[in-house]
Amino acid sequence: MRILDGEGVRKNFGGLAAVAGVDFCINQGEIVGLIGPNGAGKTTIFNLISGALNPSSGQIRFNGESITGLKPYQICKRGVARTFQSAKLFADMTVINNVLVWSLFGKSARTPVADAEMEAREALAFVGLSEKEELPAKDLGIAAQKRLEIARALATKPQVILLDEVMAGLNPTEVTQAIELIKQIWNKGISVFMIEHVMKAVMGMADRVIVLHHGEKLAEGTPEAIAKNRKVVEVYLGE
Amino acid sequence: MHSFRVTSNKKALFLALLIVILIFAATMPLYIQPYIIISLTSIFMYIVLTVSWAIFSAPTRYISLASASFFGTGIYVWAILGSALPLPIVVGIGGLVSSLLALLTGLLTLRLRGLYFIIFTFGFSEFVRHSSQWWEINISGTEGRWVVGVDHTIIYYAMLILAFLTLITAYAIRRSRFGLALQSIGQFEEAAAHAGINVTAMKIMTFAISAFFMGAAGAIMATRWSYIDPSIAFSPLISFMPVLMAIFGGIGQLYGHILGAGVLTILAEVLLTEFPYYYMLLFGLILLAVILFLPHGLVGLMEKWWKGGLAGKHANT
Ligand SMILES: Nc1ncnc2c1ncn2[C@@H]1O[C@H](COP(=O)(O)OP(=O)(O)O)[C@@H](O)[C@H]1O
Ligand SMILES: [Mg+2]
Repeated sequence: MRILDGEGVRKNFGGLAAVAGVDFCINQGEIVGLIGPNGAGKTTIFNLISGALNPSSGQIRFNGESITGLKPYQICKRGVARTFQSAKLFADMTVINNVLVWSLFGKSARTPVADAEMEAREALAFVGLSEKEELPAKDLGIAAQKRLEIARALATKPQVILLDEVMAGLNPTEVTQAIELIKQIWNKGISVFMIEHVMKAVMGMADRVIVLHHGEKLAEGTPEAIAKNRKVVEVYLGE
Repeated sequence: MHSFRVTSNKKALFLALLIVILIFAATMPLYIQPYIIISLTSIFMYIVLTVSWAIFSAPTRYISLASASFFGTGIYVWAILGSALPLPIVVGIGGLVSSLLALLTGLLTLRLRGLYFIIFTFGFSEFVRHSSQWWEINISGTEGRWVVGVDHTIIYYAMLILAFLTLITAYAIRRSRFGLALQSIGQFEEAAAHAGINVTAMKIMTFAISAFFMGAAGAIMATRWSYIDPSIAFSPLISFMPVLMAIFGGIGQLYGHILGAGVLTILAEVLLTEFPYYYMLLFGLILLAVILFLPHGLVGLMEKWWKGGLAGKHANT
């Protein structure tokens, strides 16, 4: 069953078509990878889905209903949560309060503070940051920052999570742990749409991979098919 | 317990202190000189202005320089309605009209950030001053207005009650989910928006709440002048004072705002009477020194002493 899909999604920045009419679709319970060279338009697609940007044309639907042009807070409340490529943390606030903002405001129903606190703790435990609850977010290292980003998104109890390069800047051990974490997220029944530069990670995990190049969809298919795709190999060798 | 709720220790201390001060303040006019009553009214007024300014600007980090336009609007509401209606009603109307003005400004300005927001709010405030000047001269055919005066003790009590209401509101907002949302906007607005917070509505609403108290304060203070004109009512000084007072006292804490307003009002009065010619110069130098050497204001200094004292005791035992 389709949970999130885009049709002819386009975003122009001045003369540049950062996203040039892309179709995509995430089915319930899938992990879909979004890959492509730097500047291909991957983050822009996430910005369009999450409402940070309005598409120049095209439609984005969530559970069959159009969410095109909705504001970020509305899209979050509907059940689409995201992380940011460069962590956008509330630097001076504690780790737990960072998550609390998401669990308190991110759901469609009003959540009592006590419940939201419990959910924030659960989300932190889930990503393995329980011990850092009372630290200010700015004191976290890169790996922990990425985990905090994920915990915040999870605290909204989303149906779909958009992960923007959560493995960038991590060492190999941390990458392995991040892969494990994403599998656990998927185990919770959350559909995952992930941008990743670390090819190995996407290839090992995704049900399907979409390759973006200069704002256009270059290829789409199973990881095996993508790995063998001549156009994709050329783009990546040429990088 | 998280830091968005004040820790219970501090809370108890704060409440106890507030109650003592209130009882003290409420009985004050019984045994004190009238001129001190007038000074105290000024302190309360600046507490209202600083605390209400900080309701919006401290957590969100949108530094507003529009306070004078809200305060002045309150003054004019009194000038127009003061002789017709009872004081509490005029004060309430002053607050509401200022709130409406803030809603309008909010819709216009809150897309701007940082320096642009600061400059626009200041420009807006000046625009209000100049347009009311134009209006008074060309439409009403007056430059200024005579204002109905009220007894000093009544002004004192009105301002005391308003200060109390402002503090309760500020305190309640800080402690609530609403306060947490405002804080997250100040920390990283884009992230706050993606956390499910309607940042635009939140900012405009808070701006209007903050303007309500400024307008109400203006309506009360108007009674102290017998004559007003737009350059008195919309004096830009009123836009700058709350910012300076909050920074002076310590912008992160509610009692910092109170402290800053109190100390600076007294300081300004003392300087004005002792050094009438160098008043502004000295005032500016003291402010500069505080901003340079006490980045967390008076509150930062006090907390340092407090902690230093505790550490000293531990070292001795
Ligand atoms: N807000 C913006 N304004 C103007 N240009 C943008 C904006 N966001 C992205 N771009 C441009 O769009 C293109 C795609 O960017 P992006 O989606 O971030 O790529 P990716 O995430 O695939 O590396 C880049 O050329 C980038 O410079
Ligand atoms: Mg990107």
